[in-house]
Amino acid sequence: MTLSVGLIVSPTANIVVSILFEGLAYAMFLFIVSVGLSVTMGLMGFVNLAHGAFAMAGGYLVLTAMRSWGLPFFAALALTFVVVGAASVVFERVFYARLYKATELDQVLLTIGLAFMAVATYTFFYGPRPQTIALPEYLTGQLDIGTRNFPTYRVFVIAVGCALIAVLWYTFERTNIGAKIRAAVDNRRMAQSIGINVDRLFTLTFAVGSGLAALGGGLAIELFGLTPSFAVLYLVFFLLVVAVGGLGSLKGTLLAAILLGLCDTAGKYVYADAGGFFIYALAMLILLIKPAGLYGRD
Amino acid sequence: MTDALEIRNLHKSFGALAVARDIALALPKGARHALIGPNGAGKTTLVNLITGVLRPSAGQILLDGEDITVLPQAARTRRGVARTFQINQLFRGLTVLENVYLAVAERMRTSHRLWRPAGAEREVIDQALAQLEALRLADDALRLVRELPYGRQRLVEIAIALAQKPRVLLLDEPAAGVPSSESHLILDAVGALDPEIAILIIEHDMDVVFRFASRITVLVAGAVLTEGGPQEIRADERVRAVYLGQEFAHG
Amino acid sequence: MAAIDTPATAPADPHARARAYLARRHRFGVWETLPWLLALAAFFLFPDRMTFGSQVLLMVLFALSLDLILGFAGIVSLGHAAFFGLGAYAAALLTQRWGWEEPISGLVAAAAVAAVAGAASGWLLLRYRGLTLLVLTLATTIMLQELGNLLRDLTGGYDGLPGLTFTPLLGLFDYDLYGHVNYLYALAVLFVLFMAVRMIVYSPFGQTLAGIRENVARMHAVGSPVHLRLVTVYTIAAAIAGVAGALFTQTNAYVTLGVFDFDNSAGVMVMLILGGAGRLYGAFVGAVIYMVLQDVLSKASPQYWQFAVGLLLVLTVLFARRGLLGLIEDTARLFVRERKP
Repeated sequence: MTLSVGLIVSPTANIVVSILFEGLAYAMFLFIVSVGLSVTMGLMGFVNLAHGAFAMAGGYLVLTAMRSWGLPFFAALALTFVVVGAASVVFERVFYARLYKATELDQVLLTIGLAFMAVATYTFFYGPRPQTIALPEYLTGQLDIGTRNFPTYRVFVIAVGCALIAVLWYTFERTNIGAKIRAAVDNRRMAQSIGINVDRLFTLTFAVGSGLAALGGGLAIELFGLTPSFAVLYLVFFLLVVAVGGLGSLKGTLLAAILLGLCDTAGKYVYADAGGFFIYALAMLILLIKPAGLYGRD
Repeated sequence: MTDALEIRNLHKSFGALAVARDIALALPKGARHALIGPNGAGKTTLVNLITGVLRPSAGQILLDGEDITVLPQAARTRRGVARTFQINQLFRGLTVLENVYLAVAERMRTSHRLWRPAGAEREVIDQALAQLEALRLADDALRLVRELPYGRQRLVEIAIALAQKPRVLLLDEPAAGVPSSESHLILDAVGALDPEIAILIIEHDMDVVFRFASRITVLVAGAVLTEGGPQEIRADERVRAVYLGQEFAHG
Repeated sequence: MAAIDTPATAPADPHARARAYLARRHRFGVWETLPWLLALAAFFLFPDRMTFGSQVLLMVLFALSLDLILGFAGIVSLGHAAFFGLGAYAAALLTQRWGWEEPISGLVAAAAVAAVAGAASGWLLLRYRGLTLLVLTLATTIMLQELGNLLRDLTGGYDGLPGLTFTPLLGLFDYDLYGHVNYLYALAVLFVLFMAVRMIVYSPFGQTLAGIRENVARMHAVGSPVHLRLVTVYTIAAAIAGVAGALFTQTNAYVTLGVFDFDNSAGVMVMLILGGAGRLYGAFVGAVIYMVLQDVLSKASPQYWQFAVGLLLVLTVLFARRGLLGLIEDTARLFVRERKP
């Protein structure tokens, strides 16, 4: 596909564009995985450090679906969203529900324990080495636009992200259920007293959030490669996004994902050695000034 | 003589919501002052402003003439402001003795000590025990707070406040949640308080208010409706209107 | 501390009884010699496992430092490895870069460096709680690791600094291949620091930590300078963690950036929870169980170990929330009659 656009592009502009695309793709991945975590934490105050494990499991399901069952990529993504989302409800009912009133430390410990068990189990079955999938032809390679080449897959990820943002925004702002979620995040007791079944709402949100995490995991295979330790390695970034964005806020998660995603990518481009440093520095800076996050409520 | 506590033009807003509007109050030494008003009037908010949990948007708070408006909570406590909470704020996993010990140790400035055992602080322990005895809690000294019936827990709440040897004591509904069989414990304790301390008590029970208070302030929607002695307040039409449907104690 | 039964000779007067209870609390129980006797017994019973033994001991020290902030002050941090790592590198650089090979001053230097870091980060971060604090402590440790990687000329990066040398202990005891001297060295350091921690826990300061943990709103209301107290205990805990890190470097003659790993912060937390937090001796029990299990299971397969840790954690949180010592205490309570005061 070729589009001729007569633009004279300088080397700096080249780098900026590269950073923009890589960064935005990364940001979309962060957003898709973290949004579920942010909303469930805002809703129930439950610290779920196993969220990364759902993303990891989602990735491996896509892998198995494509390799062993011959499903096409999109079908595999849809499948992983549904299956992992549904399976997460089992975890929620069996483990998490017992600790809603427990201390934050207990929740941290339980979910870290589950995450470790997940990583060990998947390493046992799939091995520790990074896995890849065979993407459909049209998602690979480059899109030729003018004098620049844009990596097709990254454009795809950004597109998926935007679509999801639109769907989520619409759900949150324009539907009944979105209103209920926002009310319950704002003031759980008040919401309960006006008849909103917060527990059921939470289970639903948790399922969708975990499903989205799985979807994000599936999308990430091509971006970062898939290993079981993905569950723990990327957890830090999901936590950063959620904390910086503010619990329970769609806008906040998106803004945080973009800020941190771009910052990390830019940092790694400009300072290959110390690149990883910047995302943490920026996150800490924001949190020190706004401890509840950019759109958090205290 | 300067008042023990004086509040001038106190304002507090959260954005557009004003929770305290132009409040003025004076507690002379030994005051027995009640603060009444419907739910949500801002009574606890006022106590939070006085103790430093909240910073006022405008106005002044003077303790024995000293301006404490911008001081943090701990600093005000050290200058002699103590409070009880509407819902018990106790160290539930510790013994009654340890609860009061903490307050005494802070007052006596011994709690920073790392190098000697808490058990060797005889003076602190003795004062804590004396406080418990004054409130007839000495027998429960070694029981965990969470094992006590609610009424006695409420007494521990008061004991902690008294252990700070305050000049100004703010009691937020001291008998709230206490079953009627035990409420006399609280009321007796409140009645027996040191006459030197200036006391502001938030109460809903009008029996208690009229028995205890020599002055009453009525707070409605964050502002002072009126202030006066028990007879004036009882006779005030506006106060009755505010409490529509609520019975006053028959005098 | 629970209100325990008082012996039959206790005075009936509540004053005296109360004073006796507080006075007795910090006295040494006979059973408190047990961990040290066991440690010495291990020295004679397993002479060929002493290198492993030193690692266990320094992990006990590390877990003990975490107990101060987590078990006693109630601070939930996911980045305690930062201080372990700083101490480890302080000890390494002292000998490798500046040629000062005396080990005990290495410990002191490590404690000092870690304490400064603890005071600075504590002052900044301990104003926050919940998720914010979790993320901030986690981010700090990762940043330190990244910084270490950036300065890899100094730190040796992830390959680390091997082949560190130290002068004989106290000028008298040279290090043997079997790690006997190292074991006793670590045991002595653990003993001294444990006594210090024990004293702090039973002091008036320790009492305020219990208050902060139980109800911080109440502590503010009784005039306690909560932030100052938290920063103080955080600094002390950081210093002790730093010493543990220095012991790691000295007993292994080697250090890498892996000391800052999340696995280290998570691992020490698991140890403490397994044994029972807020109990002083929970660190001993938990660290021993963790290290032994790790040794046994990792040899079979690293996945078995990781799965086991996860499973242990889940089971502990669900069924034995106060750790092994808590379980023992509960069982003992079934057999000991409580006398109501």
